[in-house]
Amino acid sequence: MTDVPKISLRGVAKAFGEKQVLSGIDLDIAAGESVVVIGGSGTGKSVLIKCILGILEADTGTIAVDGQNVMHLESNARDATNAKFGMLFQGGALFDSLPVWENVAFGLRARDRHLSRDTARAQAIETLAKVGLDEQVADLAPSELSGGMQKRVGLARAIAGRPEIVFFDEPTTGLDPIMSDVINDLIVSTVKKKGITALSITHDMQSARKIGDRIAMLYEGKLIWVGPAADVDSTENPYVQQFVHGRAEGPIKMQVRR
Amino acid sequence: MNLLALIGRVVLDFLAHLGRLTIFAGTAISHCFRPPIYGRLIVKQFIDIGFYSLPVVGLTAIFSGMVLALQSYTGFARFSAESAIANVVVISLTRELGPVLAGLMVAGRIGASMAAEIGTMRVTEQIDALTTLSTNPFKFLVVPRLIAGLLMLPVLVLIADIIGVAGGYVVGVYKLGFNPATYINNTYDAMEALDVISGLVKAAAFGFIIALMGCYNGYHSKGGAQGVGAATTNAVVSSSIAILIVNYVITEMFFGT
Ligand SMILES: Nc1ncnc2c1ncn2[C@@H]1O[C@H](COP(=O)(O)OP(=O)(O)OP(=O)(O)O)[C@@H](O)[C@H]1O
Ligand SMILES: [Mg+2]
Repeated sequence: MTDVPKISLRGVAKAFGEKQVLSGIDLDIAAGESVVVIGGSGTGKSVLIKCILGILEADTGTIAVDGQNVMHLESNARDATNAKFGMLFQGGALFDSLPVWENVAFGLRARDRHLSRDTARAQAIETLAKVGLDEQVADLAPSELSGGMQKRVGLARAIAGRPEIVFFDEPTTGLDPIMSDVINDLIVSTVKKKGITALSITHDMQSARKIGDRIAMLYEGKLIWVGPAADVDSTENPYVQQFVHGRAEGPIKMQVRR
Repeated sequence: MNLLALIGRVVLDFLAHLGRLTIFAGTAISHCFRPPIYGRLIVKQFIDIGFYSLPVVGLTAIFSGMVLALQSYTGFARFSAESAIANVVVISLTRELGPVLAGLMVAGRIGASMAAEIGTMRVTEQIDALTTLSTNPFKFLVVPRLIAGLLMLPVLVLIADIIGVAGGYVVGVYKLGFNPATYINNTYDAMEALDVISGLVKAAAFGFIIALMGCYNGYHSKGGAQGVGAATTNAVVSSSIAILIVNYVITEMFFGT
């Protein structure tokens, strides 16, 4: 049973018109494992996650969750599969028409429509506490929060439904180094320590080392390197070296012009 | 040769849009009949579309009724003006002006705001977030708006008909000096059930079109604030044109030889 990977990708490819973004991704993520995908801007990291979530349809390849194929699901089956997932979006994607607590409780109420408002609110406040936000925040609108607080609310929304798998799209981007570390710690305490499977995306190597068991590097539509987080600094792979050390010179040529 | 290519491209573009719109409408309608249905959101849309459009639609209707009475008086003054004017006001309002004017006003008000709201949710990934929280965006965003548009526009138009006729009465009685009792009698005589019903059928169709165009354009908007702006414009323009075309088709169905 434990041998079945939680998430299994085989030959996943996705193009937008002429532009081949992903060209054959193979990746297995074991239950309870935390994998971090690194890679330059525009290499398709967000697209990869969106394919797994069913927001985008991969062109070819297979995606399986708990050994079940999850491609081309009809809407109710998709909703059922997505009940296993929690997602922190790159831009937060908080519902600006709803107060913070309703954002956090949204998934709970969608999955259990008999859940009373008071119970949902209590659970939302409990989850907010886990990410270090107090009750006063619950009734504010998302637009009244700072970027760091919005990330935390997004994190709370992602974990509120007790997902088996969470996806973090650049959880620390745009935050100061201290707040980044706070978010990293929150991810470690709310996800890694709880045995939740995680797939994260980041540019931030410090964050990658801290939250990842394994690190994978995406370049030109393929995972060119996958290895334990501890090896990322010592690998000979020139692409990974260049990325980790942030050098302009090296095999990776930034496409300044498209 | 270049001109032909241009025409071809425009036609193909149009057909592609039409195809996507049809699929969108089909998906949305199929979700209307599959639970869960969000009753609370439908009520909210009822209030947004029905209640808050009342001032705009009411003002449009009353002045249309008034100007109809005034204009037709010029033409009919020499004949039996009293019965003719009541006739013109009630028939033109119930058959045409009530539904079309209300439709166009609501297209500007509601179609635009639907496209802007859903479009913003699209470009800020809130629609994607809905899916990840096990909520189907069609059921959550599109279905309530379609149902509310379909049901609320006939109500608005019925109210517009009444207000418009009242406007005609005000001008007829207080400005043109007709006998109030006779004017009301003439109005009753001129009123036909079929006229009113055809107007309400039109209204339902227009309400559906407005909500569909608003949701469709918002749902498929891309590229940030500019994309949302374009979606809003498209929603208003395309629903206005569709309203005028469908208006002709329904008129043909009811009254065409
Ligand atoms: N819906 C879409 N339609 C067309 N092209 C898209 C779409 N989504 C993404 N792309 C393209 O796919 C490529 C990868 O985008 P993606 O958002 O996955 O990048 P990323 O690796 O997450 O970058 P970043 O680190 O900057 O977030 C980009 O070139 C983008 O233009
Ligand atoms: Mg991204």
